[in-house]
Amino acid sequence: MNRTIIRLSAQAVLGRRRGIVLVLVPVALLLLAVVVRLLTDGDVGFQATAGLGLTLALPLVALLASSAVLGPEVDDGSIVYLLAKPVSRHVVVVSKYATAWATTMVLGALPLALAALVLDPSLGRRALALGLGGAVAGTAYSALFLALAALTRHAVVVGLLYTLFWEGVLGSLLAGVRWLSVGAWGRAVAGEVSPLLADEASTGLVYSLVAAALVTLVTVWFAGDRLRSFTLRGDE
Amino acid sequence: MSVLRLEQTSRWFGNVVAVNGITMSVGPGITGLLGPNGAGKTTLIALMSGFLAPSAGAVTLDGEPVWRNTGAYRTLGLVPEREVSFGYLTGRQFVLANAELHGLRDPGAATRRALEVVDLLEPAGRRIGTYSKGMRQRVKLASALVHDPAVLLLDEPFNGVDPRQRLHLMALLRRMGAEGRTVLFSSHILEEVEQVARQIEVVVSGRHAASGEFGEIRRLMTDRPVQYVIVADDDRGLASRLIAEPSVLAVALRTDGGVDVSVSDFGAFALRLPRVAREHGTRILEVRPTDDSLESVFSYLVGG
Repeated sequence: MNRTIIRLSAQAVLGRRRGIVLVLVPVALLLLAVVVRLLTDGDVGFQATAGLGLTLALPLVALLASSAVLGPEVDDGSIVYLLAKPVSRHVVVVSKYATAWATTMVLGALPLALAALVLDPSLGRRALALGLGGAVAGTAYSALFLALAALTRHAVVVGLLYTLFWEGVLGSLLAGVRWLSVGAWGRAVAGEVSPLLADEASTGLVYSLVAAALVTLVTVWFAGDRLRSFTLRGDE
Repeated sequence: MSVLRLEQTSRWFGNVVAVNGITMSVGPGITGLLGPNGAGKTTLIALMSGFLAPSAGAVTLDGEPVWRNTGAYRTLGLVPEREVSFGYLTGRQFVLANAELHGLRDPGAATRRALEVVDLLEPAGRRIGTYSKGMRQRVKLASALVHDPAVLLLDEPFNGVDPRQRLHLMALLRRMGAEGRTVLFSSHILEEVEQVARQIEVVVSGRHAASGEFGEIRRLMTDRPVQYVIVADDDRGLASRLIAEPSVLAVALRTDGGVDVSVSDFGAFALRLPRVAREHGTRILEVRPTDDSLESVFSYLVGG
């Protein structure tokens, strides 16, 4: 890892307008939790908030963070200034991933636990479970979206489509999708930690952790490999 | 002392050939890479700086291939044509980050030195987003100089730089060349290149059209038939007298008035034309070069 790249990436994530959008997502989630707490009672509100948090807010934060650390620099070619250095491209990517991951943990996974606490402060374990599930899913999401940013300049659009259709629509329609759904792995982890969140259709703790780790390692490596072949194109 | 070498290097994108079998060796001193827009200069610099894989042939720096070799950047500095988009950083932060990425022992001192060399110490505390074009060019240069590289590659460094800064930049490049560094810069303007570079490499349509010391290149470019259209009050009379001049190769009357003149020795013709006209009392109404565009100079070079 390289401290300079982490510092520059952090400035890229938080120093621009994107930073405001990034903060708005968890704020909206927490506001939703407050509203649900005030207006409803029982489990329905929790299911809705947790579902929205895990399948929409979390991947959205991961997508914005991962594309912010890499996307603009690759798009306009200015990443060439970082790459014309005696620093391994894999180190560059791992450092950028670390920034995106930390952002996803703080603005994606942590707010999930906080939202659960807002809904019912007495169920601490349930909140912890949701946070841990979010952390596992967020780890894989940010790696996946980083690879996407290294692959295409339309990473945000592709990432959104993936989140909405694969993780959202198809994931809820076709049960088999859960084996290949980052969100389902996160839910499985949460279900293991708190019986309140247990789900019959769980992918199991071991499978989910291994799958998330595998996706993370492979996609981060892939992004590094893409950067090793980074090509400078002229305007001509 | 470092040497960049291209051997039979080609690069194609799909079925477009951007660089076609170029062999050249860039050594210490200043080399100008001259060619019209779209000739493949940026592609060549990308190949030389390890930011493009050659489709065929090899690009080496002191014997080591530059593609997928991040170690090469210890000796190589690159100033791309591309703008710096780190507008949210100050000039100093940007150059300092570059120094740190090079793993320099004292990045702070290296940053100060690089900023001083490009005369940017005073505005270094301002964000790059507020910089003028010339200042951005200099902050790019500072970032490429911060590790004191033996080889410096610059893509169109004089583009959009005002005349005063252009002189300053030229002096800086000359100094670096005199220090024994290998400096290569690209440009599409002959006058710009010959003010700075001793060695000139001419690239046209991806091919290595000419290579040599600047005097040779200048002669190649100026000692070529030049076409003029001359309109006079007596076109036919003027034509008959011009064909008698040794500097004139061909004369033809235009149907819409005027004379097409093909001139071999531009210098002699410029002296003789007014005399010929005066001796015979011919009034010249218009003299207009028809093909003095850079592209025609280059296409002449390729043809010859």
